Amino acid sequence: MAEKEKLSIVMFSGDLDRALAGFMLATTGASMGMEVKMFFTFWGLNIIKKNEGGIRSKGLVKKMLNFMNRGGSKRLKMSKFHMLGLGTGMMKGLMKEVKMPSIDEFIAMAKDMGVKLLACSTSCGIMGIPEDSFRSEVDSIVGAAYFLGEARQSKVSLFI
Amino acid sequence: MKADQTLDCMGLYCPIPIIKTAEKIKQLKRGEVLEVVADDKGVKQDMQAWCEATEHEFLGVEGDSGEVRVYVKKTHD
Repeated sequence: MAEKEKLSIVMFSGDLDRALAGFMLATTGASMGMEVKMFFTFWGLNIIKKNEGGIRSKGLVKKMLNFMNRGGSKRLKMSKFHMLGLGTGMMKGLMKEVKMPSIDEFIAMAKDMGVKLLACSTSCGIMGIPEDSFRSEVDSIVGAAYFLGEARQSKVSLFI
Repeated sequence: MKADQTLDCMGLYCPIPIIKTAEKIKQLKRGEVLEVVADDKGVKQDMQAWCEATEHEFLGVEGDSGEVRVYVKKTHD
């Protein structure tokens, strides 16, 4: 085959349902021979935060924000019918029934398939999220110009 | 249709059958045929699109929506 086609995805949302949609397309793209990059920004950063430990940010407002917006793949909520966790739990149950991977499993699959996970530097700065808040699968911290550089060369670009 | 290997994807939904196919095809030799058995309604069109993108040969479909068998020939490594 000729040079690989590129797929770049902005993961803006931290909702469980949107995160799943993003990972489904990323892994499918990789399985179709595409070079896939996922850019996590704003609430989307919650998807790639570590599940354990605290977010060690400086300053009262940032500390409050990261306390209320802790994130981590296991804490993501659905955009509808979260119902204090009941709805999200039920959806996870339905997904398990059909052997649909969890976010953690999708992250592992994506990495195995060569998908790159990138965090937005500006969001990290504004929200006071230090680099060690992210899981080890995250490849690097980049800016908007890097994303657009990739998007310009991509056959498909998505904003989720 | 005769196949060299079979992949059971019954009960699995898109995109898992495609991802499993991409994984499985690596184990086949060039020229061999993979049979994918699935009940996901999207699998016919999905597999065709996957073959177009990866340049493997889509040989066809057997069966109906209850149990669909799709055949893919590995054309390159």
